[in-house]
Amino acid sequence: MISSTSETILSIQDLHASVEEQKILNGVNLLVKEGEIHAIMGRNGSGKSTLSKVIAGHPSYKVIAGSIQFKGTDILELAPEERARIGIFLGFQYPVEIPGVSNLEFLRVATNSRRKELLKSELDTFEFEDLVKERLKIVEMDAAFLERSVNEGFSGGEKKRNEILQMALLEPVISILDETDSGLDIDALRIVASGINKLSQPNSATILITHYQRLLNEITPDFVHIMADGKIIKTGNKELAIDLEKSGYDFIDKNIKGTGMTQ
Amino acid sequence: MNSSNICKKWLNSLPPIEGYLKNEQSIGREFFSEQGMPSKKDEAWRLSNFNKLNNFLSLPTIIDCEDIKSKFQSIFPEKDKNRERIIINPNRISILNINLPNGIEKLSDREIEENIGKIVKSSNIKNDISVCLNQASSSELLALKVKSNFNQSLEIVIPSIEEKSISTRIFLLIEEGAKLDLLQIFLGNNNSAQNNLTEIKLESKVELTHGLISLGEKKESSSICTLAVEQSKKSKYSLHSIHHGWDYARFEPRIIQSEGEASTIIKGLQVTKSKEQIATHSLIRFEGPNGKLDQLQKAVASEYSHCIFNGSIEVPQKAQKTEAAQLSRNLLLSKRARIDTKPELEIVADDVRCTHGATVSQLQDEELFYLLSRGIDNKHANSLLLKGYYDEVISHFPKSARKWNFIEKLMQDIKK
Repeated sequence: MISSTSETILSIQDLHASVEEQKILNGVNLLVKEGEIHAIMGRNGSGKSTLSKVIAGHPSYKVIAGSIQFKGTDILELAPEERARIGIFLGFQYPVEIPGVSNLEFLRVATNSRRKELLKSELDTFEFEDLVKERLKIVEMDAAFLERSVNEGFSGGEKKRNEILQMALLEPVISILDETDSGLDIDALRIVASGINKLSQPNSATILITHYQRLLNEITPDFVHIMADGKIIKTGNKELAIDLEKSGYDFIDKNIKGTGMTQ
Repeated sequence: MNSSNICKKWLNSLPPIEGYLKNEQSIGREFFSEQGMPSKKDEAWRLSNFNKLNNFLSLPTIIDCEDIKSKFQSIFPEKDKNRERIIINPNRISILNINLPNGIEKLSDREIEENIGKIVKSSNIKNDISVCLNQASSSELLALKVKSNFNQSLEIVIPSIEEKSISTRIFLLIEEGAKLDLLQIFLGNNNSAQNNLTEIKLESKVELTHGLISLGEKKESSSICTLAVEQSKKSKYSLHSIHHGWDYARFEPRIIQSEGEASTIIKGLQVTKSKEQIATHSLIRFEGPNGKLDQLQKAVASEYSHCIFNGSIEVPQKAQKTEAAQLSRNLLLSKRARIDTKPELEIVADDVRCTHGATVSQLQDEELFYLLSRGIDNKHANSLLLKGYYDEVISHFPKSARKWNFIEKLMQDIKK
């Protein structure tokens, strides 16, 4: 789906960020264009999740230097809800449980916030139920999950499906999916991956953050980046993920010196 | 004016001792003549805001017809088809002029005499200030018997009168095997005070679902309410209460399982803002074996307000195999607000399962971020989270209670 005239959706330049006084990101550069699927791999603690939280605007993470532009606009000054409304979506590694808050109401309020931004009419309860029932099919989820509290008592797989359901409803421009594959069995992984594939559009993009190559068997990335020590140290295509799977992260250690290759 | 003068002045302002509650009036008034008002030295009152309590006592207690005409709130949400409504109009005579539904009767004088005050007395509270306050000032009693075949809903509304202090007293005897869905509504008014004493006796196999909605909402409204419930064997009692919008409120639910073998569920919510103070002092005592209790008390305090919870559970030697769980969960929404919570478990029996816990927290940042990251604005996200927090208590109210708009009122407080 990549073409040479594709517009840039996300441009991250020399991004440095910290959490609780501890520096995690040490100069990340990343360029994501329309239609692209990027995979970011790396060890625990390499900064992958931090990068996703910084893009989404989590208040605990402080940007020290660098920039993030979304379609040419600096987003660092935008509140998390504003970033979400213009089309930045973060699929959480550990979606939180919110007792007492109805999943259906949450999904409706969220969907309407995004629709307002897109100058679409807000959906009333009945209209929304029609929409959500149709989108449930994408992740093969039972409508009973709508009646429950947000993620409360959901299994790991159900939580991840609920994330992809939100993605399906919000129709984001860029989706950053943080370890969406973790904790999924083979069947759930296929369902989630197929959902992500169905939602890919020529004018949107996806960043998959993952530890394992198995997700990438289901969703073919255009670029694979390896993060270590808070920056992207190597970029390649799908083959890079396969090499990594074969030789493990020791492979990075061997390559880390002097080859600060980025895209 | 110091508090002893306020107390004297209050005693002098009361109507003369007379009527069929005159013994009770004498007991209450004697108590205050001898003891005066509570002070910080009284453990159960040490956190109370005494300025607010003094304001409570400074309001006039004599109610005339003119007050009822002009200052008594008389417009309420439409009555539910399936729920009989009793409005307590503190005009002396009319309190007993009520059309009662089938299956509910007035208690005879003899039955009143046999029962009155017994339940509060059995709660064994030393210096029982809240009860004496009511005894001293109540001159009427709504005393009803719910017959054993009864299985209906009842609503009792207790409005306040502007710039007045009213005192109301209720006694319910629920006969063996009856089922009652009771909704009790307390409403504040501008610069008003009300004190209520409700005693309920559950005979064996009674099932009582008791929703208590206490809404101050107007300026400078205060409420002191004591609820004393005696549960016989195999009875089930569940109390769901909400206190909101009072400048000063104190709620004392006391439940005595007089023979054990009964089940009690209490879910309470108190929400304060501005400089309000709302306190709940609960007491549950098991006087026999195999009793069960599930108690959850929630509080949310914002701005400069103060919430207090003191939860006593008494399990004497004879109450073996009691299972009691108490949880106090509290939410502090401002740095200047204050929450005091204190579980007080007195367990003598050795074969029991009693648990308790208390938490004070703020709205969870991760929950908030999750909602924000979906494009929901801060105010709406906070309101969703608070509604979720309230849900554990408010979801237990029957749908017909919603017309009192308590959910909307609770949501008004969301910080901007």
